[in-house]
Amino acid sequence: MKKIMNDADNVIEEMMEGFVSAHERYYEKHPDVNGVILKDRRKDKVALVIGGGSGHEPLFSGFVGKGLADAAACGNIFASPDPNTIYETACAVDEGKGVLFLYGNYAGDNMNFDMGEEFLNDDDIPTAHVRIWDDVASAPKERIEDRRGIAGDLFVLKVAGAACDAGLSLEEATVVTEKARDNTTSIGIATQPGQLPGLDKPIFELGEDEMEYGMGIHGEPGIERTKMRPADELTEILYKNLMEESDVSAGDEICVLVNSLGSTTLLELSIVYRRLKGLLDADGIKVYDADLNRYCTSQEMGGFSISFLKLDDELKKYYDAPCYCPYYAKEGK
Amino acid sequence: MLEVITTENARDMLGYIADKVIQQKPLLTEVDSAIGDGDHGIGMAGGMQKAKDKLMKQEGFDSVYKVFETAGKAMLMSMGGASGVIFGSLYLAGAKGMEIKSELTASDLAQMERKSLEAIKERGKAQPGDKTMVDALEPAVIAMENTCGEGLLEMLKAAEKAAEQGVEDSKQYVAKFGRAKSLMERAIGYQDAGATSVWLIFQGMREYVETH
Repeated sequence: MKKIMNDADNVIEEMMEGFVSAHERYYEKHPDVNGVILKDRRKDKVALVIGGGSGHEPLFSGFVGKGLADAAACGNIFASPDPNTIYETACAVDEGKGVLFLYGNYAGDNMNFDMGEEFLNDDDIPTAHVRIWDDVASAPKERIEDRRGIAGDLFVLKVAGAACDAGLSLEEATVVTEKARDNTTSIGIATQPGQLPGLDKPIFELGEDEMEYGMGIHGEPGIERTKMRPADELTEILYKNLMEESDVSAGDEICVLVNSLGSTTLLELSIVYRRLKGLLDADGIKVYDADLNRYCTSQEMGGFSISFLKLDDELKKYYDAPCYCPYYAKEGK
Repeated sequence: MLEVITTENARDMLGYIADKVIQQKPLLTEVDSAIGDGDHGIGMAGGMQKAKDKLMKQEGFDSVYKVFETAGKAMLMSMGGASGVIFGSLYLAGAKGMEIKSELTASDLAQMERKSLEAIKERGKAQPGDKTMVDALEPAVIAMENTCGEGLLEMLKAAEKAAEQGVEDSKQYVAKFGRAKSLMERAIGYQDAGATSVWLIFQGMREYVETH
């Protein structure tokens, strides 16, 4: 697979350099570690720090912004940042109100962020974390803590950013963020693999005419591999699966994200959304806001995911708060 | 053949192990690609290089434990991923907070590895049979405890053999952690990449002690 890169050993360093430089109006890089820091931060609030492995851009680094995250701790490709990167990045944005960490629920992230928090606690900086586990295909509901975090990250991040921006305490912001996490569910399909810089082979193999339901964003095997189907048909299957796992029912208001994993186009996402909207209308579920975009990617992986955020008055208030970063913005309402 | 490990030996030995793991990067990548996401080789090679760089830059260690601690910290603070915490702890956790010792006996080494094993199990919540590096580390530590009275080389031979058997045993397990977990029984038949790294590390220790 062709990739625009130089030496594979330098991809993260070169990516960080270019990325932060392009957005230098908003961002600066931590001098010592791979942390993306928001320059013009609101003071006197809980610091929101996100992070995870690189390779999923624009997540996580591209969601540092006003009303969003104050900083992102970035790891190597598909690998959690180390505890020192997490610690240093958080120290750089701590305003004395504590640090809320938000990241996907993966073994590596959990261990490294736990250690980073321990280092901060040793310095008497209070911390909390919310692990995102929106992927309903990754484990049954009884083992929800085994579920992985995918594109639903966006909704949790939006609400968390607004909650911190509103001046909530660390405890209060954590409770709101947990609610957003608990109300977010996602499911996806994969149509083709992506490839990591520096590896010879794609991260998984999938036949030219095949697709896989529920595959994870690192190529974690999904539920079922089938022949490729028309957009309407596979949207119906994903919708059915998602409705079985989420608490969404007639009369509810939801936000919808149809997220491309990399190479799937806006044209395709639109065709998916067209059918999805028909299904939601038929079930009496109101779409409060919808987004078709490429937020949580896996290099050039093909496929998409559908995420729902079930709203209530509190979540709606935070969802409607204004935010801005180079890859995501809401004007506020 | 070494009877004890001095600070200078430890620094040299960990450098030797680093070179070995870096050399075996393609093997670790291949093993991890079968059921993981293929980045274990890259991560381990990167971490080992950082550990070696740090050790080579520093001289005049007063304690062997400090050598292990320095290497472990360099890995922990640079690698990231689950393997950064786990393999950083392999060197760091057993050595941290220990009294100053200018040489380690077989029994000291066995005790250090036991302490690391317990810290890793606590941190990663993994037990033997979960298809993780613990599958190789726990039998290796038990073998060390059982044979430390027979001398350094004999103990490391036993540890290497037990770790190798642990790698073999890991093939039959279903993964409880990481990306291989989603494979369920489809992961059976494949060895764990972390266990493979543990085996390489003990093999490196044995080779170094045997030839110095």
